[in-house]
Amino acid sequence: MIKPELLLTDLLIYLLVAGIIYFIIYTRRHEHLRRPWRQVMSTRTGAVTLVILLTYVTIGLLDSIHFQLPLENQNNQHETHYSAEVLSVFDIIVTPLRERVEKTYSAPLAAHAYAKETIELPQGGQQRTYPRLLYGGAHLDDPATERITDIVATTLRALAVALLLWSIIIYVTAWWLSHGQQTSAAAMLQRILNNECATPWRAILVCIGVIVAILCLLTALSAKYHVFGTDKVGEDVLYQTLKSVRTGLVIGALTTLIMLPFAILLGIMAGYFRGWIDDVIQYLYTTLNSIPGVLLIAASILMLQVYMANNAEQFETVTDRADMRLLFLCIILGITSWTGLCRILRGETLKLRETDYIQAARAFGVRHLTIITRHILPNVMHIVLIAVVLDFSGLVLAEAVLSYVGVGVDPTMQSWGNMINAARLEMAREPMVWWSLLAAFVMMFILVLSANLFSDAVRDAFDPRLRKMD
Amino acid sequence: MNDPLLSVRGLQTCFATTKGLVRAVDGVSFDVRRGETFALLGESGCGKSITALSIMRLLPQPVGQITAGQILLNGENLLTLPEVDMRAVRGGRIAMIFQEPMTSLNPVLTVHEQIAESLARHKGLKGSAADNRVHELLDAVGIPAPKARAKEYPHQLSGGMKQRVMIAIALAGEPDLLIADEPTTALDVTIQAQVLELLEQLQRDMGMALLMITHDLGVVAEMADHIAVMYGGQVVEQACRDDFFASPAHPYSRKLFQSLPDMKKRDQPLAVIPGNVPSPHTRFDGCRFAPRCDAVWPLCRTEPPQWQSVNGDPEDHHNNNVHHVRCHLAAAENSAKQAALESKAGENIDSKTDIDAVTRPDDGTIANSDNTSDVTLLAVDELKVHFPIRKGLLKRTAGHVHAVDGVNLTIHRGQTVALVGESGCGKTTAGKAILQLTKATAGSICFEGDELTQLKGEALRRRRRDFQIIFQDPYSSMNPRMVVANIIEEGMQALRVGGNNSTERQARIDQLLQQVGLPTDSKYRYPHEFSGGQRQRICIARALAVEPKLIICDEPTSALDVSVQAQILNLLKSLQNRLGLSYLFITHNLSVVAYLADEVLVMYLGRIVERGTTDEVLNSAKHPYTQALLSAVPTIDTTSKKEIVRLEGDLPSPIDPPTGCHFHPRCPHSQPVCRERYPAAVQHSDSHQSLCHLFTNEKDDSEECHSET
Amino acid sequence: MIAYIIRRILYAIPILIGVNLITFMLFFMVNTPDDMARMNLGVKHVTAEAIEKWKHERGYDKPMLYNSQASGSAALTDTILFEKSVNLFAFDFGRSDSGRDISYDISQRMWPSLAIALPTLIVGLLVYITFAMLLAFFRATYIDYWGVVLCVVLMSISGMFYIIGGQYLIGKLLHLVPISGYDGGSDALKFLILPVIIGVIGGIGSSTRWYRTIFLEEIGKDYVRTARAKGLSEQQVLFKHVLKNAMIPILTGVVVSLPLLFMGSLIVESFFGIPGLGSYTIDAINSQDFAIVRAMVFLGSVLYIIGLILTDISYTLVDPRVSLA
Repeated sequence: MIKPELLLTDLLIYLLVAGIIYFIIYTRRHEHLRRPWRQVMSTRTGAVTLVILLTYVTIGLLDSIHFQLPLENQNNQHETHYSAEVLSVFDIIVTPLRERVEKTYSAPLAAHAYAKETIELPQGGQQRTYPRLLYGGAHLDDPATERITDIVATTLRALAVALLLWSIIIYVTAWWLSHGQQTSAAAMLQRILNNECATPWRAILVCIGVIVAILCLLTALSAKYHVFGTDKVGEDVLYQTLKSVRTGLVIGALTTLIMLPFAILLGIMAGYFRGWIDDVIQYLYTTLNSIPGVLLIAASILMLQVYMANNAEQFETVTDRADMRLLFLCIILGITSWTGLCRILRGETLKLRETDYIQAARAFGVRHLTIITRHILPNVMHIVLIAVVLDFSGLVLAEAVLSYVGVGVDPTMQSWGNMINAARLEMAREPMVWWSLLAAFVMMFILVLSANLFSDAVRDAFDPRLRKMD
Repeated sequence: MNDPLLSVRGLQTCFATTKGLVRAVDGVSFDVRRGETFALLGESGCGKSITALSIMRLLPQPVGQITAGQILLNGENLLTLPEVDMRAVRGGRIAMIFQEPMTSLNPVLTVHEQIAESLARHKGLKGSAADNRVHELLDAVGIPAPKARAKEYPHQLSGGMKQRVMIAIALAGEPDLLIADEPTTALDVTIQAQVLELLEQLQRDMGMALLMITHDLGVVAEMADHIAVMYGGQVVEQACRDDFFASPAHPYSRKLFQSLPDMKKRDQPLAVIPGNVPSPHTRFDGCRFAPRCDAVWPLCRTEPPQWQSVNGDPEDHHNNNVHHVRCHLAAAENSAKQAALESKAGENIDSKTDIDAVTRPDDGTIANSDNTSDVTLLAVDELKVHFPIRKGLLKRTAGHVHAVDGVNLTIHRGQTVALVGESGCGKTTAGKAILQLTKATAGSICFEGDELTQLKGEALRRRRRDFQIIFQDPYSSMNPRMVVANIIEEGMQALRVGGNNSTERQARIDQLLQQVGLPTDSKYRYPHEFSGGQRQRICIARALAVEPKLIICDEPTSALDVSVQAQILNLLKSLQNRLGLSYLFITHNLSVVAYLADEVLVMYLGRIVERGTTDEVLNSAKHPYTQALLSAVPTIDTTSKKEIVRLEGDLPSPIDPPTGCHFHPRCPHSQPVCRERYPAAVQHSDSHQSLCHLFTNEKDDSEECHSET
Repeated sequence: MIAYIIRRILYAIPILIGVNLITFMLFFMVNTPDDMARMNLGVKHVTAEAIEKWKHERGYDKPMLYNSQASGSAALTDTILFEKSVNLFAFDFGRSDSGRDISYDISQRMWPSLAIALPTLIVGLLVYITFAMLLAFFRATYIDYWGVVLCVVLMSISGMFYIIGGQYLIGKLLHLVPISGYDGGSDALKFLILPVIIGVIGGIGSSTRWYRTIFLEEIGKDYVRTARAKGLSEQQVLFKHVLKNAMIPILTGVVVSLPLLFMGSLIVESFFGIPGLGSYTIDAINSQDFAIVRAMVFLGSVLYIIGLILTDISYTLVDPRVSLA
């Protein structure tokens, strides 16, 4: 039996997912909400970036179901003991990646270690050489001659599998789409290829194809090699990069989840009630705004570190500790970032409360709470949505910077920031250890670029005239 | 006689929209001759402004493209000119002024810089020569103290002044042709009169041609030599002014005249053009007006009519002096037929059906039966609304905007009282204060014996069902994220009327929609799916849902086209007759007042300056302001020349109103006493009252008036 | 004008008090003076006397917020909160936990920060406005479209990538300038070039895109149509009319950040080894020196508020519609 482990951030992620599902159902029932989303999905950028984002989200979600495995051979006692290591579904899927740890650095797809070592020769004596890796290319007899051919062959095989998988996906999609429209799957396929659908299925399928190809390639190669190399302690960099996805997503998503209630409630209240309520809220956000964000975060994280050091008994596992710090980071980032949205919402509410339809509602004696929930909130939701999507990419980038400064996520937690921070120290080595750095930057870049392009599509659909919010 | 200065031939302008290519202007031809005023008349979306921008080649890029036709200026085709040469034409030979003087001037450049720029471009004037010319131009457009004004920024000028500056900029290049795109629509009627007079005088002095683009028949009647009526991107009728006003030939033009409200039509419903102005996306097969025309033939729906002269002269198609029309009737028409048709059109008014209305509102009861009772519904006494002006961070009150400064009015059951005044006079604020949407600073508002200013909480909420409001802008008066049923239901829910459960309320909503002439299946649609007129009907239904006794109508028709305005006015009138409603009609439109109101109150700078029955105020106005207001309205009556009272200057600021009579700085009859104290009320008859020293002096001086400061 | 500034400064006081309260709570709620003392003296083998001595030396032996033993106003003044705050308001930041004079360090280290931040700002502004004007000039063409796409790509790249990439390319491969370090006087130049260039490049994406939006918004306004109707060329319209209006939001946006230039950039200074306030802050964070962090928080807030005041003043200078009242 496994023992489920519910981390605090997991709980919030489930909450967020539930909220998003509710939002989707709600949107489907309301034409005025569906229209802009249809427009987002009808643009190539919107649809493709959504597919990419969903790929990231899938990895993140798989990595958010945690449990502890029982330890084997427990002297036949009735109670089972559990490993202190908290694993996720994702960890199980990529077990080989997780477990095949080398001694230290190795370059991508290498069969030998990166640094020379003195090894004991079997026939006695010592030699300084690049030792073979424990796992990377271990199946090869003579890496110097076989490695390249092996890699090329594996790549081709993987691509062939990918092509097969992709064809199946295309056919299933066409069949599924044709189902509702009384056409044959072949006719539908023709329409997709000619790009005649309202949703740009051709672009979506190409994007899926690329993702499938990459997945197959990574799966095939990583069974025999360390595709992105290994880091200082010999851990597979690909594994680290993928594990960092959850951290990045949590920072981007949970922070907004935490700050939204404050921003919405206070912003609307300030704009709607005006007077002293407005004064107090304005004072609050001017004060918070005037503290340099990084310093506030730094101070808070320092405090948390001290608190944790003094109360170490409250945290059972290392994972618990790291998770607590991640959540705390989200809260602090939320506190520093709600002021912008709050100010925008206050301004918008000030305008809205003077509109004729709210005047009409007041003439009917409709209560304040009803006016706020029925008239104001739905009419500022597009601003909230745009702000959330825009903030997301900024927060993912911020995580890296904060981790570098030393006030980001826990050093034991995999994150792109920590990877960059660790790799930076090796910049001076000759030749350079570049793979961790590049892997982290590329993964982060794809996520942030997708999020940025997606937010552009969302903004165009919901409010073409809205200025970039600064 | 002479060649035309500008001749537009077969102009076609297309816009790329998300719904495809739209022909905003489709085959427009007309000539403008030197020194004449040519008016392009039409409702919103008919393509008249696009025509003007096409002439200037200032269409928004890259969406707007001229796809066919010629624009000849002195015989030279502007459309083939390279952009560099076109720039010399813009501002040099053709100048243009726009509708919105508030936004058409660059806010960060001084008046001087903006005029001098044009002088430098077209006249090569620089330095002191340019300075002198700027001052001359400002003087020519009637700006007092031009040297001082030239150094100011646009925000320091009033709306009328800004439009004068715009005109000065246009004149700087000494153009042969001035295009004026709705130059006075954004201005108040007294300012409009000033600007129109200025344009007329400048045109005479400089011998310019003027291409006037407007929707206002009155403006056309006062200004134009020749007229072209546009509809759906085409010119449907063209004539010289006298011909056009004497005998409009196109059914659309005739209907426009008939649907204008005025006092003579009080006892009858207005003629309406059913339906709405066609959207530019409409595809036309036959005549573009056919769906709304009550003289439609089968031919009209299939065959587009040709351009022909009204009298059948096979003359030059573009001779301005010949009355042309684009209508199948004209071709087949002989004088007898025409006579028959006219009488037929007259009968049709009552019987024809609204195409956008499945159920027509009951127009049978539209006649102005005198259902005004003596029961006082609303009595407002000395109502004041002052807004504090807060300055600085500590929000000290630095002064007050005297938006409403002592207004008295009573409304009887079933009566329509009109509150008339220019923008900024406080009429809308007064309406909101009566509705308890804005807090009254002082005074009493008594509704059926209840003092509204004292009511609070639940008691006020119960009272609210008795008075409702209809707003000016039908586009912003409904929550865009609610369906019509929810919009109408909102008040019923909040005030618990119209049934206790949802089924009863839904039945009531159906009934209300029918009452305002909308199909019941519009319930589940969103506001943006309706046209302006239909939206206004929904707003009326929303107000009616709580069965009010009084409806405050805040300019309910001023955002609508004339043809749609008539529909709404008819609806309001028939509802009043059937439901015994009272209206407080807030408007600046005197012809609407003449058609609808029983009593008229004229408001100036927060105070009522004259009150009386509609007849008394409109036909024998006493107060100089009322007289000026009345004379400033352009009329379509081209025969009789009325005496014109032109007002100088602008409405003073309500922050610091002039001492004594607020009107004295602009009053042609100002006396020393006017500067000292506010005049007392003088009764001219039982119902007619004005506040002016002209009449207090005539009366017994011993009757000491309670002076106000 | 003077009266307005005085009012604004008075208004800043409650905000600074608020900032101070927040930081105070942050620092002392979870972390008692006892903890601090133990931390500084080494966690193990600390006697109670040593802790008391440490606290007394640094004034941490008083009550936190309210001194119930003192009478009258002293009940509020004879506390840690009051004593520590008063010094901050007098810009006397005291000594760091490691014993150095914070005010002196700040006065020494702000100049290198400024030496990087100011050129970055000025060069950046010129570059961004030029690019944004170009995109606006070619609006609705492919140049504009791909320009914006490029902007989005550039702004999606982590700032640290620019730094590491730049150091690697220019410093390590091409050996044009030293990778990091700083020197006073004219030698400073060779150390400054790289951080400034990288700082400018790092901001190109987001700033150009933002300025372009501002330009396009102005181009859509009615007065631009008026200017065209005068017969002005596109260049005249852009440079005389649009630029002048667009500079209002751009300049005022810059002004608010002017005072904060002294604070330097954490990342840039740390990567390039510039002895400015940014790296000072990072060092303080890494060595958990609370006194310095607190001083920097306070300084940052003061500078931000000065920035706000300057913004309001700059509005009155560039926008004729705004006047201080």
